[in-house]
Amino acid sequence: MAINLSTKIGPLSLERPTILASGILGISLDVFNRIYKAGAGAVVTKSLSKEPWEGYANPTIFSVKGGGWINAVGLSNPGAANFASMIQPNKEVPIIVSLVGSVEDDFDFMIKQFENCKVVAFELNLSCPHVAKVGLEVGDDLDLVNKIIKTVKNATAVPVFAKVGLGSTDYIETVSTAVDAGIDGITAINTMRAMAIDIETQRPILSNKIGGLSGTPIKPIAVRCVYEISSKFEIPILGSGGISTWEDAVEFFLAGASAIQIGSAVGDNWIKIFDEINNGISQYMEKKRYSKIAEMVGLAKGS
Amino acid sequence: MQRDPNYPTICKIEKVIDETPSVRTLIFSDDVLPNVLPGQFAMVWIPGVNELPMSVMISHEQGKAAFTIRKLGEASTGLYNVAVGKYIGIRGPYGNSFDIKEGKLLLVGGGTGLVPLLRLLTFVKPSDDVTVLIGAKTKAEVFFEDMANDILEKNPHRVLVVTEDGSYGEKGLVTDLVEKIITETKFEAVYTCGPELMMYKTVQLSHEKGIFVQASLERMMKCGIGICGSCCIGEDLVCRDGTIFDGDHLLANKEFGHTFRTKAGILDKF
Ligand SMILES: Cc1cc2nc3c(=O)[nH]c(=O)nc-3n(C[C@H](O)[C@H](O)[C@H](O)COP(=O)(O)OP(=O)(O)OC[C@H]3O[C@@H](n4cnc5c(N)ncnc54)[C@H](O)[C@@H]3O)c2cc1C
Ligand SMILES: Cc1cc2nc3c(=O)[nH]c(=O)nc-3n(C[C@H](O)[C@H](O)[C@H](O)COP(=O)(O)O)c2cc1C
Ligand code: FES
Repeated sequence: MAINLSTKIGPLSLERPTILASGILGISLDVFNRIYKAGAGAVVTKSLSKEPWEGYANPTIFSVKGGGWINAVGLSNPGAANFASMIQPNKEVPIIVSLVGSVEDDFDFMIKQFENCKVVAFELNLSCPHVAKVGLEVGDDLDLVNKIIKTVKNATAVPVFAKVGLGSTDYIETVSTAVDAGIDGITAINTMRAMAIDIETQRPILSNKIGGLSGTPIKPIAVRCVYEISSKFEIPILGSGGISTWEDAVEFFLAGASAIQIGSAVGDNWIKIFDEINNGISQYMEKKRYSKIAEMVGLAKGS
Repeated sequence: MQRDPNYPTICKIEKVIDETPSVRTLIFSDDVLPNVLPGQFAMVWIPGVNELPMSVMISHEQGKAAFTIRKLGEASTGLYNVAVGKYIGIRGPYGNSFDIKEGKLLLVGGGTGLVPLLRLLTFVKPSDDVTVLIGAKTKAEVFFEDMANDILEKNPHRVLVVTEDGSYGEKGLVTDLVEKIITETKFEAVYTCGPELMMYKTVQLSHEKGIFVQASLERMMKCGIGICGSCCIGEDLVCRDGTIFDGDHLLANKEFGHTFRTKAGILDKF
């Protein structure tokens, strides 16, 4: 019997719980179609800004010896308006549009660009750790978080998620503010501030010097955050951080995530990873006799 | 610890060769890059400047690899100016390689697009009959003609140069010569690397004649390994699915020969 992998993240229903994380292969509709066909339940776009951004000079991404990646791409993106016209032909793919901005009006403007597009949710990036005035700096400003979410919720009927990370404000405060402002779900976590220095040339490798750590090294931290959020709030969670196997995915479900996002592991294992993780989850559900993902969400909290 | 292909390995430049007034080859020692497959590239870090994708050039010495750079913008000029004794960082090798056929082969290159084609020449069988076409704007920009002849010394071969101003070799566009030559000779395979419009025409002409053809593409690259998405063309990621693609696959891609993405990811026309 084929296992039902569908999941609900608050108001959003997906056929499969594996989602392409923001900033990974995320700038073309053709690529989104390919990743959807490869098994992803949804795709999150690169974080889009009001105007196009070129991002930082290379080097922008490299791996950490022993596992994981450090990146400071600098949120390069074609801008919300260009992007909206590019995905306009979309019929099939559940696209979650990720947005970055500094003030609530930026978000209002960007949401309006997508009025004629098939978008299943918005994800507000309150957590990019390496660009000034957006991302984490916004997530750390609870007043601004409140204003942005209220504005966005007013501007659209589509579900809105907030993506949090570990900044200088306790992320639990950011989540609490977002929940109070009416958010539909929380994505946790983004990359964590990190750097690497080459010892021969004695320089930081990234052109931006400091970037974000992703991949397997951050997984235990992400699991802890998902567990804490689900313990403290009645809010659907999308887990992100170091997921590269089906076992990792199940661990996030047990911690309280209703869906998971896959980022860096696409670089390590390529696009077949969505199918592999879906199959592994199915087999686990069969063994444990679950008929829905929801049956295992948050189970670790009871123990 | 074993070498991590995705973390920069630091190499010291040992020798610099000027190929033309604006093209230079940098030679260095390395364990991995001398033995890559034809068509593979590396991400090359110029500390303090930038990081660029570069095809891996052959060298004539054991254990040594090279890059051949045309100076253009800030990043490539930075690499071009790395002096003997200074360091670069390399990640990779990345990308797939040419599918090497046997028999009558045609290679069509322009500028630094010749780099992967020269490595391909080192993989041909002694019995292969090889034609190399080199396109350039003018005589001063022609390079690697002698090197191609040297590599093919033991093969039936010819190396023909076409310049747009006629200052050397035949006058015209290299694709005019491609058209003429593939009408006269039945080739087993055509391989091309260089400016996209040259490759587009070459792929079209070869495909019409039913000849197996492959082209090596360039797109904006950041990660080189299929994470950032900046190198996409249609549904393909040039760094991971390519850089080498079959002609029929390319002709079905509406972006090939028409559009590319800028650093911000905006579609622009060639
Ligand atoms: C797989 C591959 C192999 C290459 N091999 C060689 C080679 O052997 N020798 C050589 O001289 N050049 C090679 N290039 C081109 C080289 O990477 C640069 O694009 C070129 O040197 C111009 O860079 P610039 O930043 O100095 O120029 P700029 O003036 O900054 O940019 C000019 C144009 O170069 C392209 N470009 C700039 N940065 C990048 C980047 N990170 N990735 C891809 N394209 C970029 C863009 O189209 C840009 O519009 C290769 C490119 C690719 C993708
Ligand atoms: C190259 C790269 C670019 C990213 N860009 C974004 C982005 O634009 N917006 C965002 O919210 N997260 C971005 N992220 C973070 C990922 O979406 C993800 O949350 C993080 O990498 C942790 O998951 P992982 O370990 O599976 O990669 C990026 C990550 C990487 C590696
Ligand atoms: S260069 Fe990043 S996906 Fe190809």
